[in-house]
Formats: sequence, C-alpha cells, structure tokens
Amino acid sequence: MNQELKRQLILENYQHPFHRGLKKEAGYVVKNTNNESCIDNLDISLKVEDGIIKDATFDGEACAISTSATSILLRKLVGLKVEEAEKLLQNYESMIHEGPYDEALLEELLAYQDIYLQPNRKTCALLPAKAVHEILEGR
Amino acid sequence: MHREDFPFLKTGAIYLDNGATSLKPNAVLKSMMDYYEKYCANIHRGDYQASYQASDMYEKAREVVQNFIGAEKKEEIIFTKGATQSLNQIIFGFFKNHLQEGDEVLLTKAEHASLLLPFLMLEKEIGIHLVYIPLSKEHTLTLEAFQNAVTEKTKVVAIAGVSNVVGDHRPLHEIGTFCKEHNIFFLVDGAQSVAHVTTDVVKDSIDFLAFSGHKMLGPTGVGVFYGKEKWLEEMEPLEYGGDMNQSFSSLGEVSLKSIPARFEAGTPPIAEVIGLKNAIEYLEKIGMDVIQSHEENLKQYFLEQVKSLPQIEVYNASVSGGTVIFNIKDVFSQDAAIYLDRFGICVRAGNHCAKALKEELPVQNTVRVSFYLYNTKEEVDKLIEALSKSDTLYDVIL
Ligand SMILES: Cc1ncc(COP(=O)(O)O)c(C=O)c1O
Repeated sequence: MNQELKRQLILENYQHPFHRGLKKEAGYVVKNTNNESCIDNLDISLKVEDGIIKDATFDGEACAISTSATSILLRKLVGLKVEEAEKLLQNYESMIHEGPYDEALLEELLAYQDIYLQPNRKTCALLPAKAVHEILEGR
Repeated sequence: MHREDFPFLKTGAIYLDNGATSLKPNAVLKSMMDYYEKYCANIHRGDYQASYQASDMYEKAREVVQNFIGAEKKEEIIFTKGATQSLNQIIFGFFKNHLQEGDEVLLTKAEHASLLLPFLMLEKEIGIHLVYIPLSKEHTLTLEAFQNAVTEKTKVVAIAGVSNVVGDHRPLHEIGTFCKEHNIFFLVDGAQSVAHVTTDVVKDSIDFLAFSGHKMLGPTGVGVFYGKEKWLEEMEPLEYGGDMNQSFSSLGEVSLKSIPARFEAGTPPIAEVIGLKNAIEYLEKIGMDVIQSHEENLKQYFLEQVKSLPQIEVYNASVSGGTVIFNIKDVFSQDAAIYLDRFGICVRAGNHCAKALKEELPVQNTVRVSFYLYNTKEEVDKLIEALSKSDTLYDVIL
C-alpha cells in the first residue's frame, strides 16, 4: 500500500469514522480503552450473538491514528466469528510490533504498516485492540 | 532574555512547555557539578571540611528559599522531592488530623491532581466534604465566587496560586486575608506561581505553600513546602528514618528532632537543593516583576498575531499571565502537538492533569503554550507560522 493511500484511509476514517456513537442497549458489551501515556480515551461496544460479532460501535476523544484504527478495525470485525476476529487482531498486533502477518487478512489495516517508524504512536494504533480483546474474552 | 545562559536552547528547539518543566541555566548546572566535584559529602554527619561545606550550602539554600517566599523563619522551609510530595505531606500529615467528618474544603475543578487527589482520598477516609468553587466563563477563579462558596463549615481553602490549565493568577492576597479573618486554613499550590510571580506568604496570609524546583529553573527531584511554625509543630511526619529522630530504643521510645529536620527523613537531594538555591538567586537577579511582564507581553503578542488565523480557537484570551490554551479547529490536540513538534516546537496537549476540569471546559483537551523568561517574539512568530500552515497538518504527521 503506498503512502498516499495509507494517509487517505487514515484521514477518511478519522473524519468520517464507522459507527461512531456508542450503543449500549441489551446485547452490547461496552469497554473503555485509554492510553496511560497519552490522552486517547475511547469506549467500544460490541454485540456478539451465537459466536458472531453482529455490531460494533465506539465513541470518545482520541487522535487521528487511534480513531481511524478503531473505525477500520470495527468495520472489519462486523460479521466475523469470534475466532476469526481473534485471528485478525493477532495479525494486526503482530504487524504493529514488526512481527509476521497475513497481508490479505489485514487489508485496510495495512495503513498502519509503518507505524513502527514512530514508536510512540504504536500504542495509538493498538488502542482499539485492547478493548476488543477484553470484550471477546469476556473479561 | 538571557538565552545564552540556557544550554538546551542550543539544540534549536522552541521550548514552550514551561508549565510542565523549565529549562536550566548554566549557573544551576554548574553549582550542582561543583558540589559533586568539590565537596561531595553527606550533610549533618561528617566531621570534615567537605561535609561542613555541604551542610552549610544546604542550610543557606533554606534561607534563600525563606527570603524568596517571604517566610518569617527558615525552620518553616522543608525540602521534599517536589510539589506532589509536599502536598501529600501537608494534606495527610496535617489536615488528616485537623479535619473532621463534615468539614468543608474549598477548591476548584481546575486544580492539579497532586492537590485534588490527596483531598479526594481524605474525603473517602474521614468524610470531609470537597466543595468546588464555580469558575467564571473563562474558567478563572474570582474573589466573588470564592466568597459565595464559603460556609460555616469551611475549614480549608486549597487552590493553586496560578492555574496550570488556564493560567489565571488567583487573588491570593484577598483570599488569604479573608481566610485569616475567618479562621480558615489557606493552602496554596505554588507549583505554577512561585516560578512566575512574587510570592509573599506573610503578606498573603498563606498557612501552607508547596512548589517544585524544576518549574523554576532548578533541577528535578527537589521541592519545598512551607508551613507556619505553629502548624508544623502540630504536623505528623509521613516518613520515619535517619536524620529526623533524636533518639530511639528497641522498646519503642522515640523522640523526634525539631522542625525542619523532623520532616526531612533520610539523605535529602543535596545537589538538587543547591541547584534550587542557585535557580532562585538567578530569578532574583532578573526580578520576578520583569519575568511576569515579559511573559504577559509574549501572550499579548501571540494573541495579536493569532487574530489572523481563524482556524485557531483560543480559550483563555482575557486571562492575564503567560499561558495560552487553544485548539486548531477540528484537530485533536495531541495531533496538533505532534504537528508542532515537526517544527521543533514543544507544547503540551491534554487536560493538563486537571481531569476534573473537563466537567467545566467546553473541550476536554487543548494545546497549551506556557512562556518563560527565555522565550522570544521570534519564537512566537515561528509558532504562528507553523499554525498558519495547519491545513497541511495531516500531510505532515501521517
Ligand atoms: C498546579 C500544579 N500543582 C502541582 C504540580 C505537581 O508538581 P510536581 O509534578 O513537580 O510534583 C504541578 C505540575 O505540573 C502543577 O502544575
């Protein structure tokens, strides 16, 4: 993915995020996620039924990287089985930490491929993953 | 002013985060090196020249601090590791034993976590009641709002001399006088004020004052608390150990040293105390009035220049002092700070450790620029220039 496309994806998802506006009604599980070292602070809610993620929403205040990563990740999660979601998260986290990952699986999330070049921003890209893990694992 | 004295400026950085910490002049760095190189010894212990000299410098520093804040006695000056430790000692060492269930402590939601959190803990622990004085539209504390918030049950007023978020200079003299007349304890968090304006604990009837060396040209790792002698006599130490006891036995008979030693358990930050002494002498040579007006001029200059940039929203324009808080329209403050960093400009993004204030401010997070004596109009120009190109922000940071 070229630099310009990455930037566009991030901006597009920051300025017009997917499913911003937190749903909290029955069936949704809400988790807060924030970075201890900075000021990003988001709530994420997922609706999981029969082992499938039926819906995903979020809200809060966070930087362009965190917000866009949350938007892209949640959009990809909707419709996935819990195991598939876990696998996606694993690949995404591995990419951020410069480990091996499946490009075909990550698609738009490849926008954060080079984030390791700015180590202090890795936590921004990983912000949504933490809350999603917690919800999926029932913590 | 005096830029040549500050080695960090040679990096070319434009340092506008003085609310977080200040730069250090050569005189301070040199005084600390001198200690390590020429009379490196513990204080109050050795019977040899280096130890005498170290003890002497350490106690001289106490006098320098005393004169700087206008205290009556040098025994009223206690060295700590910073404003946070000072505030904890005051709140848990004194107020915990002098307040009762139902007593009211007046403060504001703009107070720093280091003042607010210890009191919140005390609220849980002993049932005191925290009362927040409503802030003005510009989030400042007015004398009138203060007076309206006082009740029969008000026992303590605990506020910053200068707010670290909005930067307003609180009317300490009037509040202090009122407190004295009404038998209310007056605790001032001086972390942001002692560095920037003249402090006079006697004239302003301050019972307790806390501040940090690192925000006033001194090193990290040293702070001060001041307490009126009679209150210090009633205060309990939170730390026990060497240098603060007179004698003790295994039977549990303990007698403590008199103030100030009672509150300085263990080996203190000797080099840092000496550095702080030199920092204060440096500030005094320039004059706090000169520093204060220099910062205000820079703020006014920034406000003038920023008028031509409609995308910048300033939240504290009418507040005096050297702090500006703003946002670039539709840009998260942290992204703005990261953008400015690409121009070598250091600013702070966030809620500035006053998390309770988000209940009052129209926005949760802002960019904060805080000036100090070495900042210049040329630096403001560079900040304005960077802000003027903010339409390219995402090209720069992504
Ligand atoms: C108003 C105020 N109080 C207290 C503190 C705490 O100071 P320190 O971190 O040096 O202990 C700060 C530092 O940011 C402050 O701005």
